[in-house]
Order: sequence, then structure tokens, then C-alpha cells
Amino acid sequence: MGMTISQKILAYHAGKKHVEAGELVNCRVDVVLGNDITSPVAIEEFARLGTGEVFDRDRIVLVPDHFAPNKDIKSAEQAKVVRSFARQYGIKNYFEVGQMGIEHCLLPEQGLALPGDLIIGADSHTCTYGALGAFATGVGSTDMAAAMATGEAWFKIPESLKFIYYGQLPRWVGGKDLILHTIGDIGVDGARYMSMEFTGEVIQNLSMDNRLTMANMAIEAGGKNGIIEPDDITLAYVKERAQRSYNLYKSDPDAVYAEIREYDVSKMEPVVAFPHLPENTRPVSEAAGVNIDQVVIGSCTNGRVEDLEIAASLLKGKKVHPEIRVIIFPGTQQIYLEAMRRGYVEAFIEAGAAVSTPTCGPCLGGHMGILAKGERALATTNRNFVGRMGHPESEVYLSSPAVAAASAITGKITPPWEIA
Amino acid sequence: MKFTGQVYKFGADIDTDAIIPARYLNTTDPAELAQHCMEDADPTFPARVKTGDIIVADKNFGCGSSREHAPIAIKGAGVACVIATSFARIFYRNSINIGLPILECDQAYQAINEGDQVEVDLESGQITSLITGDTWQAVPFPGFMQEIMAQGGLINYVRHKTDK
Repeated sequence: MGMTISQKILAYHAGKKHVEAGELVNCRVDVVLGNDITSPVAIEEFARLGTGEVFDRDRIVLVPDHFAPNKDIKSAEQAKVVRSFARQYGIKNYFEVGQMGIEHCLLPEQGLALPGDLIIGADSHTCTYGALGAFATGVGSTDMAAAMATGEAWFKIPESLKFIYYGQLPRWVGGKDLILHTIGDIGVDGARYMSMEFTGEVIQNLSMDNRLTMANMAIEAGGKNGIIEPDDITLAYVKERAQRSYNLYKSDPDAVYAEIREYDVSKMEPVVAFPHLPENTRPVSEAAGVNIDQVVIGSCTNGRVEDLEIAASLLKGKKVHPEIRVIIFPGTQQIYLEAMRRGYVEAFIEAGAAVSTPTCGPCLGGHMGILAKGERALATTNRNFVGRMGHPESEVYLSSPAVAAASAITGKITPPWEIA
Repeated sequence: MKFTGQVYKFGADIDTDAIIPARYLNTTDPAELAQHCMEDADPTFPARVKTGDIIVADKNFGCGSSREHAPIAIKGAGVACVIATSFARIFYRNSINIGLPILECDQAYQAINEGDQVEVDLESGQITSLITGDTWQAVPFPGFMQEIMAQGGLINYVRHKTDK
């Protein structure tokens, strides 16, 4: 019986020729990741283990991105714990403010996540790297601590769900809409414990930025990982970034799937997720007219160059609606620089938007754009849970950068074709 | 391990932002996190919960973020056990790793009411209502996971193993 790409990567890292869904395996991991919220807990647990050394100082990645630049004294203390640990153990890939980016934008950009890798990160959106053909999954701080010491983690071999996207992708519809549509279809626990494999002609022609957006939100359907088989687009992306070797895996033709779902994208509209779950999706035309107080464009989901490009194409020469705030977060310093070179930052500022240094900031209700009671945001982020961006009685709607930028101009949820 | 406690009941898809909102994540102190446990799902919970109480919830409990602060807040609040129709994957893993006992049982969720006294046997997976005497069977955890929980978490478990 054949294996899926996810099962193959786990089998390889467990030193096995074959694995079956449900089997428990111990695996060597290629990268262990943590941020400024999850690493301090992991560092305490690591100290309790008492090994006194990390398994490989080149394969631990620490990114203070959530409450950094430090939002308050307690956050500064937490960031300091991470910084001190990085210095003490000589962690090569510690990214200080100034080099720091949103972790899931940063690792692929820096060539730290590669095809065929097994990556665990103490952040649920670690699944983003599946876009490169890696098996990447979120874990907690204790798993991070144990893996920093041993270079290993245990896994249950997951079943896989296969999603096939076919047809002609309409204008204004992209990776964010495909993944929101999928989550709307299967629900926020539709892929619980399972791998989500994104395939089909639409995916084969999808850019890396859009693929990263899709894999990023696998967790929002409860998925263990989201994954796309590596191809020429993947190789074009990684070949100049990789500083170590990597492996290309594909699912066997006779691999077994728990379920296969097919979507014809030809008539799809941009999708908006209503509060308070990412599964509450509607086509944008059914969301049009909802008044908003704030627009957030950025995050590990949609903070990449193509996301800013589409937002700039809509905002250039226009003005943000006078009654709303628009905050734009490039995902990394490189993305920020590229957006400056291409004139996007100028277009945003002239339109009346605020442009921020990279941070997770408002996405998790941390800082840099918190909502007051009763306020409503439209965001290109990934979660719209109760209180996610601030007050428990505020609301978050999720969309693509195109819908967010169009809505920034009108002050209410607006299909992009009404602006362009 | 056996526990007896009073039940607090929650619905489906209780996410980690509801269990411990991100605005409180600038600390790792369990006691401080416990003061805000479940706050955005039920603001009265942190003041009402007592040591040994039991949370019973519907499907996909703990969905969302990987923050270990979520099970840490629940354990810090003194909750002895969480019973749910199902758990989100990372929360499930984190609970075992920090030694917060959890059990999956839909029938128990359906039958148990807020305020009921319930007995839980972690080894056998048996849940008993001390109000009606009804029992429900959850699938017990594999041996090594039970041992991790019994040792109070993965770190103690690993240390215990390497000490031997």
C-alpha cells in the first residue's frame, strides 16, 4: 500500500521504509522553532531537563515576533529570556528586532524551511512550511523543549485528506479564498489530526506566496499539517535560498486517503469569514456592506510581497475612508524593503494607511491595533475567535488582501471589482 | 488515578484564545494565568472554579493556537480533568505533556450537566455521575501517555526514565 507525501517524510525521519496511519513513531526533526511567547516556557522546561546542551545550535530557530518590538515591561522580560538563551547556547538563527520578521514569513524566505524537512514549531501556524513540500506542524513549549535537547519528537502517523482544485481561477480569487472556502466546507475540525494535501491544476499554477497562505491555515481546519507536492515553482523558490540539501517527495499513486474533495474554482468569488470562527464563510457579495472600523493587512497568512502588491494596486491614488484605521504589516524586513522599492509603501502612506515594522501584533490581540468594545475589523489574518484582536465584544472578519484593500477605501466590506 | 469533582460545562470549539486570551501571555506564571482561565468563554469562571473541579465540553476543545499557557492555565486553576467530545490536536498533546488529565467521551458530554458531581478513573477511562450513578466509557490512553500524565508531564517522565 502506498504512502502519502506526509507519511513518507515521517517514515524517512523515523528511519523506516514504511509507516501506516495510526502508528506511533519517534522522529528526528530538522528544525525546532519558537517565538517570544512559547520559547520562555520551553526554556524553563529545557532547564528542568538538565541536559545542559542543545542537540544542534544551527537547527534551532528563535524569532521574537509576537509582542516584539516589546509592547510592555513583561514582554520585554520574556524577550530577554529568549535573547539570553540564544546567546548562552550560541543559537545561530536567533533574529533580533531589525532582522526579525513574522516567523512563518521569515523561515521560508531565509531558506531555513526546505522541501522534505520535518519541522516542529511552538506556534500553531508552523504548518505554513507545507507549501514547500515539508512536513511542518505546531507543537507546544514542552515538545519544543524536549526537541531542543534531543532533536527528536514522537508522532502519530496521520491519515490524509486530499483536496483537488480545478478550473480557471477568477480574477481577485487567490490562495486565501481557496483555503477559506475549504475550511467553510469541512469546518474548523474537519481535518482534526489529519494531513491536508492540496493538489490539482489550480495549485500547480499557484504562486509560492499563495501556496504559503493556504498551508498556513490548515490548522484552522484542525489539520496536523497542510502540504503541497514540490514542483518547479517550489524549486525556483528554494534554489537560491537553501544552504543545505533537501529532498523532494510525492505521494504514491496508490496512497490511501481518508477522503478526497474536489472544488471547481471557476465560479468562485473572494471569500469572507464572519465572526467568530474561520468556518463561517460567505462569498464577498453576500458580505458586502458590513461596516468596519479597522482594516489589517499582513500577518503570517498574508504579509508577503504579492499580498502587498494586490493591496497597493487597489490603494494607489485612492484614500482610506476617513472613519477607519488601516494598518499594514509587511511580514519581514526584506518584504518591507521590496515594498518600498516597488513604491507600495508610498502608495499606502499617501492613501492614509499606517505601515508598521513586522510583528504579529494585532492578529492575536497583542498590540499595534487592538479593538475597543463593539468595534469591527476586517483582517487578512487567520483567526476571528471571540476577543482575538482585542475586547471580547469586538469582531473580526477575515478576507484576502484584495477585499481588505477595497474595503479600506469604502469603510465597509466591498468586492474588489467595485474599486478597481 | 481517580478524581471526583464538580462539573463546569462548555460548548463546542472552545479555542485557546477563550481559554487564555493573548493579552495575558506576557507571563509564564501558572497562578497568574489561572486568574484569567476561560475568561472569554465565561468571565465568572476564574472566581468560581475550585481545586478538583472538572471541565466538560463539546467537540474540538482547545482549537487554535499552540500556546501551552492554555492547559497550564487550566491546571493552574486547579481543574483536575477535562472531558470533551474531542480535543484539538495541539491542545491534546500539550495537556499530556504538562500532565493535565484529559478524556474524550461524547456520551459523557451529552449526559452530564453543569454542577454535577462526577468521578473519573483515568486508567480505565471510566466516567461516573455521582448524581445518577450512570457510567460512560472513554477510550483510555496508551500506557506511555498515562505514565507521562502520572509523572506530571513529559519533562518529569523523561528525567525519571534517564534517572533509572
